[in-house]
Amino acid sequence: MTMSDDAKAVLPPVPGTGPEDMPELTTAQKKRAASRRIAFQGGSSGRIIGYAGMAVAVLLFFVPLYFIVITSLKTHGDIYTDPISWWPDPFVPENYSYVLNEVRFDRYLRNSIIITSILTVVEVSLGVMCAYGFSFLRFPGRNLLFLLVIASLMVPNQITVISNYALVASWGWRNTFQGIIVPLAAVAFGTFLMRNHFLSLPKEVMEAAELDGTGFFRSLFRVVLPMSWPTLIAFTLITVVNEWNQYLWPFLMSDTDKVAPLPIGLTQLQDNEGLTNWGPVMAGTVLTTVPMLLVFLILQKQMIKGLTAGAVKG
Amino acid sequence: MTSPTIPGLEKSVSDEEPIQRSRSLNWRQIGLAAALILPNMALLAVFTYRPLIDNFRISFYNWNISSPDMRFIGFGNYIEWFTDDTSWQIARNTLIFTVVAVIGSMAIGLALAMLLDQHLRGRGMVRTIVFAPYVISGAAIGVAFQFVFDPGYGLIQAVLDWVGVSTPHFYQHSGWALFMITTTYVWKNLGYTFVIYLAALQGRRADLDEAAEIDGTGPWRKFWRVTLPQLKGTTFFLSVTVLLNSFTVFDIIQVMTQGGPFGTGTSTLIYQIYQETFVNNRAGYGAAVATIMFLLVLIVTLVQVKLQDKQD
Repeated sequence: MTMSDDAKAVLPPVPGTGPEDMPELTTAQKKRAASRRIAFQGGSSGRIIGYAGMAVAVLLFFVPLYFIVITSLKTHGDIYTDPISWWPDPFVPENYSYVLNEVRFDRYLRNSIIITSILTVVEVSLGVMCAYGFSFLRFPGRNLLFLLVIASLMVPNQITVISNYALVASWGWRNTFQGIIVPLAAVAFGTFLMRNHFLSLPKEVMEAAELDGTGFFRSLFRVVLPMSWPTLIAFTLITVVNEWNQYLWPFLMSDTDKVAPLPIGLTQLQDNEGLTNWGPVMAGTVLTTVPMLLVFLILQKQMIKGLTAGAVKG
Repeated sequence: MTSPTIPGLEKSVSDEEPIQRSRSLNWRQIGLAAALILPNMALLAVFTYRPLIDNFRISFYNWNISSPDMRFIGFGNYIEWFTDDTSWQIARNTLIFTVVAVIGSMAIGLALAMLLDQHLRGRGMVRTIVFAPYVISGAAIGVAFQFVFDPGYGLIQAVLDWVGVSTPHFYQHSGWALFMITTTYVWKNLGYTFVIYLAALQGRRADLDEAAEIDGTGPWRKFWRVTLPQLKGTTFFLSVTVLLNSFTVFDIIQVMTQGGPFGTGTSTLIYQIYQETFVNNRAGYGAAVATIMFLLVLIVTLVQVKLQDKQD
């Protein structure tokens, strides 16, 4: 084991963080692998089944993604062939130029970037502040208020749209950025995640800071945050992905490309092109998807860490 | 207030001794706490708890969402919902979709995690590919899969053609349309259950496995008796989160079928709330469905928490 048992209790080993993407092996596991008992795992039959499972998984997940990408690069005639062609002939970028220039997908992209970045900054700040208050400060009603934060996880925003829509519309906030952003800005999961992490920090550090009479900003930026980067990054990533993919609320709030984000733009594109012109629709799908896929491919370990931190007790 | 045992919550609701210089109330600290906590609490109060309570109120009225006049009709909306055949079809759709989505994504996710919980080349790549759809927007996946399921030129019909089976009309038959939506949802979310189970498997105790090995326990018995009990906490967590997520799916349905065919072939409770409120202009009826839905979420979650308590 490379991790101490204390560390394990806080964070389980994350797949792929070991050397060369191998699972952590205890001596017992190595011995087990060596003894080659025919068990479900470890034995050679287990390995064959494992590779078979991997092959099936790759087929099921890679093929549809591949199919979408090549469709976006085909000509109209090439898409509507029977049997389907597995390679664009010829390769054409026309679908992309059509979507960007005619449909003005760049506007939706701009809106998505504005909405996601503002929401992420606001939510991460609120989440950290709120978690700091619940972790390190003493005030009456603390537990009850925290329970209210947690309980709000049980209220999906899809069932609160009716009253929120009426309220926000009465403020004249439809088709505005604040109308989309403000109602989505409350943080429940992030507060929970950060608070769990803050409570796991060594008490001595906070006590030392406290005795020095360190102010809030100093203790936050000099003491607490420097020990919290991994959790903070995970929280940020999960927020970015969630907000980029938000659908129902922006869908109700926006009618045009003035403030609508990409997923809504994609729906409008699909309505216009219908089932008769898949090329541009697939190009729009790729454009909607690529930014998040890039973020994910670069930072997948941090993101998965954040998702598993709340779920798995090591 | 008794604390439910949601993973991590028992730690959070217990009264941790915070750092403090004196036992008395520290007003400076309270002021700081208020400044830190109130913005988020205010947002939760206005945009989560207020509309939740408001749903109750609105559900007793006849109201189109935009006009100022509301007509009080008592339990009229509820009576209508419980006596309408459409509601029962929608409830059935919701039940089928949710149960298949939860059990499907958890069972397949666990099976895949078990298979990959060993030395295999290319494991990391498979994890990346399977997890990728989780970060893609549901709307984008819905649009893409509309084409994948396209009966004329889609991927599925190409595969079925190759096998020599005729392609069902996914968009014209309620059963097939529901199957299509559920499959799409499971495909999108499998990465989540898989990654979390994989992390849990790698965090479990090897000595128990070894004891089972030495006892010569068979693979199935070992799975049921040794592996699964160690994953209890994870399974509970996933069942709560996946259930809540699948219960509230809107984007995939809106993009792929708009609740159809035949109006309500793939409509779920969430979709009914949207359709009644914003398409049929019956916000009171929509609010009644939203209230029913919230009570269902509450009951199911409480049952899950109780089951978990009993197990422990």
